[in-house]
Amino acid sequence: MNQSLYLRRRLINGFNLTMSTLTMLFGLFWLSWILFTLFSNGLSAINLDVFLHDTPAPDSEGGGLRNAIFGSLMMAAGGTAIGTPIGIMAGIYLAEYGQRGWLAPTARFINDILLSAPSIVIGLFVWIAYVQHVGHFSAWAGSFALALLVIPVVLRTTENMLRLVPHSMREAAYALGAPRWKVVTAVTLRASKAGVLTGILLAVSRISGETAPLLFTALNNQFFSADMNAPMANLPVVIFRFAMSPHDNWIKLAWAAALIVTLAVLALNIIARVLLKKDQA
Amino acid sequence: MTATSSTPKLAVRSLNFYYGNFHALKNIHLDIPEKKVTAFIGPSGCGKSTLLRTFNRMYDLYPKLRAEGEILLNGENVLNSQTDLNMLRAKVGMVFQKPTPFPMSIYDNIAFGVKLYEKLSRAEMDDRVEWALQKAALWNEVKDKLRQSGLGLSGGQQQRLCIARAVAVKPEVLLLDEPTSALDPISTAHIEELVHELKQDYTIAMVTHNMQQAARVSDITAYMYLGELVEVGGTDQIFTKPARKETEDYITGKFG
Repeated sequence: MNQSLYLRRRLINGFNLTMSTLTMLFGLFWLSWILFTLFSNGLSAINLDVFLHDTPAPDSEGGGLRNAIFGSLMMAAGGTAIGTPIGIMAGIYLAEYGQRGWLAPTARFINDILLSAPSIVIGLFVWIAYVQHVGHFSAWAGSFALALLVIPVVLRTTENMLRLVPHSMREAAYALGAPRWKVVTAVTLRASKAGVLTGILLAVSRISGETAPLLFTALNNQFFSADMNAPMANLPVVIFRFAMSPHDNWIKLAWAAALIVTLAVLALNIIARVLLKKDQA
Repeated sequence: MTATSSTPKLAVRSLNFYYGNFHALKNIHLDIPEKKVTAFIGPSGCGKSTLLRTFNRMYDLYPKLRAEGEILLNGENVLNSQTDLNMLRAKVGMVFQKPTPFPMSIYDNIAFGVKLYEKLSRAEMDDRVEWALQKAALWNEVKDKLRQSGLGLSGGQQQRLCIARAVAVKPEVLLLDEPTSALDPISTAHIEELVHELKQDYTIAMVTHNMQQAARVSDITAYMYLGELVEVGGTDQIFTKPARKETEDYITGKFG
């Protein structure tokens, strides 16, 4: 045993361990600072009124976020409802059908671009392609923009999860004489359902904080509206407008909204993790 | 060279198989007689699994694989491009090396294949599931938990579940691709007994790496090497006085 070699290895190991721990702490430091600021400002602003009243006029007291919470839920639901089936079916195509030919690699490449496309570009696209044509902002336009953000996330996770299904299981189903659609729906999709569901939840948590695509599409609404064909209030745009306003009441509500969005995203992520864990156990 | 005189269930004629440019099976001629167990032995890569997978055209799932020649099932060439693959696989069932239960209940695992071809009432399906599990000697172990996931069974039980699943469709031929290589000796013994039972009703072709297993369960043994069928004959004859030197070397362990 060479003592100096051993000592050297120990020193390098200690150095690497220290560095990686420090970088981890560095990242964690900012994250906890963000969360701390959010909770210390947001928690005091949250009360029952926030959920029962609509956004107040400037310089008025009270008010809440009811219309914005409702609008965010509606548009997130709309975007998910539109984007999820498209994403799942396209993911199935890429994983199960697209082994031969040029279409699948091309689609996968374009999806990767869409996955990393800045959301403001998506918002601009829907604004040009939809809002300009109908002539007004609307919750539908917001849902379309969010759907465009959902599709690539769901597509990617669906494809990855289907690829994780062992090939032997697929072969076993084919060996029984099952047609392809039956193999996909009854066996492989079923085997990866927790993963696919996780992908959907992650997509929902991604869109629930998106501001840019909604600025160009759903805009905002000071009043409560359930009309999908009209502008609709939503939490991210309310945060954007209220936080930069000079009104104390608005700023307080912006903190409350930020905390609500963060907690919702946190809850979705936890559910996604639990689902995956349960499936692996 | 053929072992029995009656018309074979499966007849392989001038079969060549290619993985892209690689010539994996070379001019195979072989008869697989009805209601007998035919075992394929030989070193890894000799083409025995490849041969088995041509019988139900499993290779069709992958690009760049192709077979030339004829494989006659009841006199009809399954390599014909007009062959309905789903119907072929209903007649020629397969069990794989690793147990592959589907992510569903034990009951649904069995019913999955049956539902593809037959419309049965609930009671009929119940009967069929019990029948198939009885055939696979699994019924007594699972009859109280048919609604539980098939993934919760032990490895040996899972493999018998897969055999039950294949049997439930009532195929004519059963292909077993190293069905016991992932199992412990007790589960292996179970499956070997099962093969013995099943040959009363089915024609069985199995690939095995275990020569004792071939000697124990098969009626006919085929020795393959480097994509060629070196020798085929009655199992007793192959294991006691093989005609070819290569076969003897492999069986006695001088090689392989």
